Amino acid sequence: MRKLSVALGLATVFLASLAMAQAGKDQRRSGYQDMGPTLQKMQDDDTANPAMLYVQAGEALWTQKAGAADKSCADCHSAGSMKGVAARYPAIPPGGDRPVDLEGRINLCRTEHQKAAPFGAESEQMLDLSAYVALQSRGMPIAPPNDPRLAAFRMHGGQLFKGREGQLNLSCANCHDDNAGKKLGGATIPQAHPTGYPIYRLEWQALGSLKRRLRNCMIGMRAEPFDEDSEDYIDLELYLMDRARGMTMDAPAVRP
Amino acid sequence: MRIALFLAAVFAAAVALTALGVSAQESLRSYVIVGDAIPDSLTGEAGDAARGRAIVANRSVGLCLLCHRAPIPEERFQGDLAPDLAGAGARWSEGQLRLRLVDASRLNADTIMPPYYRLDHLQRVARNFAGKPILTARQIEDVVAYLASLKE
Repeated sequence: MRKLSVALGLATVFLASLAMAQAGKDQRRSGYQDMGPTLQKMQDDDTANPAMLYVQAGEALWTQKAGAADKSCADCHSAGSMKGVAARYPAIPPGGDRPVDLEGRINLCRTEHQKAAPFGAESEQMLDLSAYVALQSRGMPIAPPNDPRLAAFRMHGGQLFKGREGQLNLSCANCHDDNAGKKLGGATIPQAHPTGYPIYRLEWQALGSLKRRLRNCMIGMRAEPFDEDSEDYIDLELYLMDRARGMTMDAPAVRP
Repeated sequence: MRIALFLAAVFAAAVALTALGVSAQESLRSYVIVGDAIPDSLTGEAGDAARGRAIVANRSVGLCLLCHRAPIPEERFQGDLAPDLAGAGARWSEGQLRLRLVDASRLNADTIMPPYYRLDHLQRVARNFAGKPILTARQIEDVVAYLASLKE
């Protein structure tokens, strides 16, 4: 009898510690973890991942001289020097007073250092180059800078994430915080961690930016999307990157 | 003097805004909430359950199946983040169903259920949907009739 109670006691302790370990485990899941093995395989195999075609084009752009300064990216940045960069943006550029995302940073280099015209948002070149840069952060943890000036922008991004909008009166959080993992129509609602941008989305049959993805959701909610150059996108991205802090970058990712 | 002018301007602006608000509101039929229900039809007429079924099944009209399951077997890919609509007519009266469609936030401020027949307190509504409820009064009545027919 005593043996039984000791065994029961041990079993209880074991189960309790197991439950605690479960509770302490990171509950966050990336879009990669939510997709089926076929798509995961497609992403993992560089010869099958369609985003790698854009990376190749971006690599060529990297060494191409441009602008009145007749400089290429490679003239200033050594090979591989972009490691970890995509994992920490948006950030406030030197001399700046508000954050820019990776695309914004690329365009600052174009206008300030290359004396060239900025790339258009969602332009082929911007997608190519950002895919090439993002690939260099693959496998690294998302690591937003500890810059106290970012706090206010990030907080605004959080308000945008939690605020209701559109004719359907939904917030991002309604789906991606409160109902992630459930089915919206036939699709599993992801937790919305921006680990893989730019992404090759099968629905688009193309590479696209986080801004494009955010715009999709807003249109779905029947909300007026932010203007193309709106700072709201950056603030939202800041919030999302902080929410995904420590998660593994898998850019350029494939998504359904 | 300057203050009086300012106040007059504020008053005029308020009147103009109210007028705008009222005109937007006027496209909606008025209704009376009794308890947790809107007992009377918005149109004064009974809805058509067959039309209601088609609205529920249509992903760009009713949008219902994005979140709810319903006994509409020909529609695959039904959502599961809201209650199954099967048996809705056994659980709720027509009046209760009507209020839950018109403005479920009257019953639960945090509900994810969109307000299908409300125009106020909405932010950033897309231009092509501005000033329009998700469903018309007649469509609401059709959906109420359909849901009320789902007894099991």
